[in-house]
Amino acid sequence: MFQSLFGRRKSKDQLKDRLKLVLSYDRAKLSPGNMDALKRELMTVIKKYFPSDGSDLDVKVEQQGERVVLVANLPVQRG
Amino acid sequence: MNAKAIVVTSGKGGVGKTTTTANVGAALARLGEKVCVIDTDVGLRNLDVVMGLEGRVVYDLIDVFEGRCKLRQAIIRDKRVDTLHLLAASQTRDKSALSEARMKDAVQALLEEGFDRVLIDSPAGIESGFQTAASAAQGALVVVNPEVSSVRDADRIIGLLEAREITEVRLIVNRLRPEMVKRGDMLEVNDVLEILGVKLIGIVPEDERILISTNIGNPASLEESPKLAAGAAFRDIAQRIRGEEVPYPSFDQPTGFMAALRRFFGGN
Repeated sequence: MFQSLFGRRKSKDQLKDRLKLVLSYDRAKLSPGNMDALKRELMTVIKKYFPSDGSDLDVKVEQQGERVVLVANLPVQRG
Repeated sequence: MNAKAIVVTSGKGGVGKTTTTANVGAALARLGEKVCVIDTDVGLRNLDVVMGLEGRVVYDLIDVFEGRCKLRQAIIRDKRVDTLHLLAASQTRDKSALSEARMKDAVQALLEEGFDRVLIDSPAGIESGFQTAASAAQGALVVVNPEVSSVRDADRIIGLLEAREITEVRLIVNRLRPEMVKRGDMLEVNDVLEILGVKLIGIVPEDERILISTNIGNPASLEESPKLAAGAAFRDIAQRIRGEEVPYPSFDQPTGFMAALRRFFGGN
């Protein structure tokens, strides 16, 4: 739908995004499946301490310069 | 590059390691360096046929390692460029004689005998064949095609080279198709560099004449024709290895009146 309205997204940009993602997992020696398991376990721990259902938890590995880092983001609700 | 022994590698097969070894080796020799190219792909040797020297192989790397001949007996001198030499791989399956220590000794002996540069053509993969090829090298040329599996494998190989403390790692982007890059359907060289984070030493455009020159066993970099873009690209790489600054040509659309006419009428 969007693609037909705004034209095709360049295939090389899609490839670049996919490569960046897969290489960050490769470099961290972590499989994407394990990442899902990690995310589920983090969610159960977080639920014990924060008033959040954890559904908006975002966990990923990222390349930051020379280093590969694990980044977890969780918006904490007010009040 | 300071490295005298340089491994040519890629992880993935079929991206142009052997073609690169033959062409860069021939181009370095034409610039006056005494060069030995070594095929380490035991059981699947091909550098001899790509260089057109298959008819002259008597002894190979494994014969040297197992003491059936002297190192100098196994070295074939190219008659077209007399500073170019080949040490062929064995075509038998027995890889048990391959060892890092023997490889290091052979390369050391070549350098002591007065060779200026040794290019080691690595087999595909990340197993013992690659490790043996890399063991004798101080520098590496990583050949990559601008496509998903080649870039991923190159990243893995670069990690393994770094683990071996091979610091002079340089990237050759091979089989670039400028018209696809222009359409946004192929990674640009800068994209590949950004993803892999290593220094560039060459861009080789896709060129069907590479296959033709391989068919007849005559490395394209030995041909004088300036029309052969890939041959010129390999010669540029040889100059950059020698520390010269060579600008990168633009591999854009062909110029000239006929090309302009074709573009005007919507062709390629």
